[in-house]
Amino acid sequence: MNMRTRDCGHICGESSPSIGEAGATGEWRTSYPVIDPDRCTPARQNKPACFQCWLFCPEAVISKTIPIQIDLRYCKGCGICAEVCPTKAITMVEEGNSTSD
Amino acid sequence: MSHQKTGRKEEFQLIDGNRAAALGAKLSRVQVIAAYPITPQTPVTEALSEFVESGKLDAQYVAVESEHSALAVCTSASIAGARAFTATSSHGLAYMHEMLHWAAGTRLPLVLVCVNRAMGAPWCVQNDQQDSISQRDTGWIQIYARNNQEIMDTVIQAFRIAELVYVPVMVCYDGYILSHTEMPVNIPSQKEVDSFLPPFKPHTILDPNNPRNYNLVTLADPRVNAEGVLCHGYMELRYLLQEALQEARQTIIRVGEEFEQIFGRSYTAPLWEEQVSDAEIVIVAMGSLAMEAIVAAGLLRAEGHKVGVLGIRMFRPFPKSGIVRALGKARLVVVFDKNVSYGSEGATCSEIKSALYGNFCDAVIRNFIVGLGGRDVKAKELADAVRKSLSSLSQGKLNNEDPEWICHI
Amino acid sequence: MKTTAVNLDERELVLPGNRMCPGCALSLAYRHILKALEGKVVVTVPASCLTVLHGMYPVTSVTVPCVNTPFATTGASASGLVAGLKAVGRKDLTVLAMAGDGGTHDIGIQALSGAAERQTDFIYICYNNEGYMNTGNQRSGSTPLGAISGTTPVLGKQQNHKDMTAIMEAHGIPYVATANACYPLDLYDKVRKARSIQGTRFIHVFSPCPPGWRFPFNDTIRIGQLAVQTGWNVIYEIEDGVFRLNSASEQIARSGKLRPLIEYIREQGRFKNITEEQVSQLQTSVSERWKHYLERAGITAPAQENRD
Repeated sequence: MNMRTRDCGHICGESSPSIGEAGATGEWRTSYPVIDPDRCTPARQNKPACFQCWLFCPEAVISKTIPIQIDLRYCKGCGICAEVCPTKAITMVEEGNSTSD
Repeated sequence: MSHQKTGRKEEFQLIDGNRAAALGAKLSRVQVIAAYPITPQTPVTEALSEFVESGKLDAQYVAVESEHSALAVCTSASIAGARAFTATSSHGLAYMHEMLHWAAGTRLPLVLVCVNRAMGAPWCVQNDQQDSISQRDTGWIQIYARNNQEIMDTVIQAFRIAELVYVPVMVCYDGYILSHTEMPVNIPSQKEVDSFLPPFKPHTILDPNNPRNYNLVTLADPRVNAEGVLCHGYMELRYLLQEALQEARQTIIRVGEEFEQIFGRSYTAPLWEEQVSDAEIVIVAMGSLAMEAIVAAGLLRAEGHKVGVLGIRMFRPFPKSGIVRALGKARLVVVFDKNVSYGSEGATCSEIKSALYGNFCDAVIRNFIVGLGGRDVKAKELADAVRKSLSSLSQGKLNNEDPEWICHI
Repeated sequence: MKTTAVNLDERELVLPGNRMCPGCALSLAYRHILKALEGKVVVTVPASCLTVLHGMYPVTSVTVPCVNTPFATTGASASGLVAGLKAVGRKDLTVLAMAGDGGTHDIGIQALSGAAERQTDFIYICYNNEGYMNTGNQRSGSTPLGAISGTTPVLGKQQNHKDMTAIMEAHGIPYVATANACYPLDLYDKVRKARSIQGTRFIHVFSPCPPGWRFPFNDTIRIGQLAVQTGWNVIYEIEDGVFRLNSASEQIARSGKLRPLIEYIREQGRFKNITEEQVSQLQTSVSERWKHYLERAGITAPAQENRD
């Protein structure tokens, strides 16, 4: 049988890691998180602190950097970061609405 | 005693089939054993645990709590790179069913010894081949042994075959008739087996620096990976398994030739042929029954019938071309099955008919179901069945829709 | 040094863009479990939500070696990995079995029990979302009394759930613990501790499920923490037979009191048909169990229980 897939070399179901296995999951969401740097503790103190949003993000799309970055290609817009932020620095903005960011 | 061909010294010990299987696994340096006791396999797992506990075999013996778990342990151990072995019978094999599919689909070179025993209901601990026959679709190689020497030799060859084609191998032998009967067996030395069987090279890797994920959900269609390479759909992966089994026909013969070079005993054919070349009538049987059939053939030859015996050694993959070559000129083929595919007929009979169809074979094929649940089958009964078939043949009756049964009621 | 979000390792072993629902507690838990093991692990996973998190051939979203195994076999698959790695002389990997409540309490209980009885050297984590969620929420042995599911669609579940952690404690294994995805630092610490213990280690991780339990997916953390605040989920560990309350459960034991269970129940759509009698039954059993844990922990604190 002429198999186009023989080149992959697999004889069993052997998978390799990659980001975005389910595609650009950012397309799932209806709202996205926006961080207010005037409220965000690490941003205000300009040193590692808090990072509750990073801790609780189920998707691992938030980085422990200053300023905090969120990978919007994959953020599913669950809104957990906004809920857990102790200073209410994160707002969920509806897709299609621009912000004054 | 020295062997003709190899000149190797041969000594024989009286051992039963279960001991032969256990020794075969020990000599093959199995590394992980997980085998749940079940009659009549139990002495195999007991022998192996004794070898491990007394330090004669350097292996991990996992005292699993079921056969389903036994094969799951072997599967994962094999993925981790260890040579793994299990043994079972009847309901134990049935309990493993989903894992049989899984191990074959993962292309793992496991070896499983099936001590053939009847399936319930009702409970029956004695011999027939329904258990392994029921698993013929799972993608395992199946080889049947006729005597205890073949059991030992086949277990050792099984690892070699499995590790060459990455298909698991089931070695089958009749419960009680072979498992609990002592026969003279030449036990090879560890050195000889080491020269025949190199260390296991797994195709799977467990490396955190190069992580792989085995047996994820696979889609119907091919899918591109992260590097843009088109990878298999489910059907392609399954095709590769079938392809491997087709190629295994030649591998099994090649391994038999390698075995003969070192051990002097020949396993170079998928079928055992006794006086088949001039035979008008051929008896077909699998397992220990093939030896009984040789005695039956002798009785019939004495009466002037040209009878030969075809013993099926390799059942999966099924040696279709070998069957055509052996049976193509026969007038009558009498197939004795120690199993029934209920609602149809004996499994080996169906396979033979399928092999012969379209290959210009004129033989009438008669199927007899024998020996279920350990019902004794004597050579005389096999010979009577052949005579009965000849008589129907002379009356112009051809193939029956349903098999006949020998129960001597 | 106390584990905090600030000092926790930032390396992510679970990659974004996977198939988990928004707000999935399993996803959150798995991130921290793999961090605690520093990726030096082989994970074995049965049919479960985790299988789907891992992706579809030929792409996986997880950067550790993984072996998928049929539903009933998790404990056996882990036993095989342990035996195989030992046989080939490898000591570098922790074997982690991770299954859902279905694969642990129900179809997988035999294999797990066998593995524990054999003192198999591995970590078994059960993430409990209280139902067969991967297939759309059918009842499991861990589904609570009164909960609606696909197979208890009208009357809700009529039986109480199994206490799997108590079953594992009865196996006499060196480490048994409960954790909660919504208290990730405690979960991380427990996995880290488990890593250095020999023998069978069992951790039960409470994992709220937005679509299955029917609450909004931004509410996962609040619901998970409410479960602890009402005593539905108690965070504890038993190390060599010594019982300790941990994290928020310990704080509540020492200085607070449990909130009424109804505050947890009424947040979730799966309890919309629960009867008053069932609520009362659940409250009673939660209160009694809490008392029992306080005794075991040797904590006597001011008025612990809620009166209905």
